Amino acid sequence: MGIKVSVFREEHFNAAHRLHNPRWDDQKNQQVFGKCNLPHYHGHNYELIVKVTGEVDPETGYVMDMKVLSDIIEEEVLNRFDHKNLNEDVAEFKQLNPTAENIAIVIYQLLRPKINEQMDLQIRLYETPRNFVEYPVL
Amino acid sequence: MPVFYLTRREHFNAAHKLYNPAWTKERNDEIFGKCANENWHGHNFELFVTVKGEPNPDTGFIIDAKWLSRLIKTHVVDILDHKNLNLDVPFMQGKMCSIENLVYEIWKQLEPHMPNSVRLHCIKLVETPRIFVEYYGE
Repeated sequence: MGIKVSVFREEHFNAAHRLHNPRWDDQKNQQVFGKCNLPHYHGHNYELIVKVTGEVDPETGYVMDMKVLSDIIEEEVLNRFDHKNLNEDVAEFKQLNPTAENIAIVIYQLLRPKINEQMDLQIRLYETPRNFVEYPVL
Repeated sequence: MPVFYLTRREHFNAAHKLYNPAWTKERNDEIFGKCANENWHGHNFELFVTVKGEPNPDTGFIIDAKWLSRLIKTHVVDILDHKNLNLDVPFMQGKMCSIENLVYEIWKQLEPHMPNSVRLHCIKLVETPRIFVEYYGE
């Protein structure tokens, strides 16, 4: 067994969204989601921290090349989410409420196939400086 | 008497786009890039309101910071928070939704309400951790 280390890459994207459950009427949506349900959307500066945990490669000294990780995040996440309307522009949220929880799960599912399966992957997503989520729970 | 500058920090989350309706879509994309996405994007905005004055000898402060907070909430934050800046904000109607124009309009909302004992000195609006504007009433 080699030495296990976690490496982190921080990225950001700016996006609009609203929280809305199409199976509920307007009153129920407003009651549960409050101003997050307002019809013309609002937005956030999302801060994304991607954590990759694995053994240090004795040849490179890396767990993972951070430039490669950055390129994967840009291609899979930022190009899809940055300066977009998550409800309108992102296929994954056509049927899924774009809460921070669900956005983190979608980001995990987008990145997981692109990262060595020997590595653990964890997503931390800040919706505001005061609200953030982590997935999966390790 | 010594002069002091007191700053109150507030925040709001909103959607917007940069899009000039007098131009073609191609021209908007060329000038505003991904900020011109027709379906909006959004930010966590940080607002800093600075007033200038001499301390009142009875209170020791130049302005009641809680009073200033309520003023900002009533005239700015309640109108902008979780809104679409292009569609929902009366004082941005017909104007380009840049942070320069937004900070200027925020100044005009607040300045008439300043008590005689202080002067509005600066409004700083932070759109992302890397982009902000300041307006000094000039």
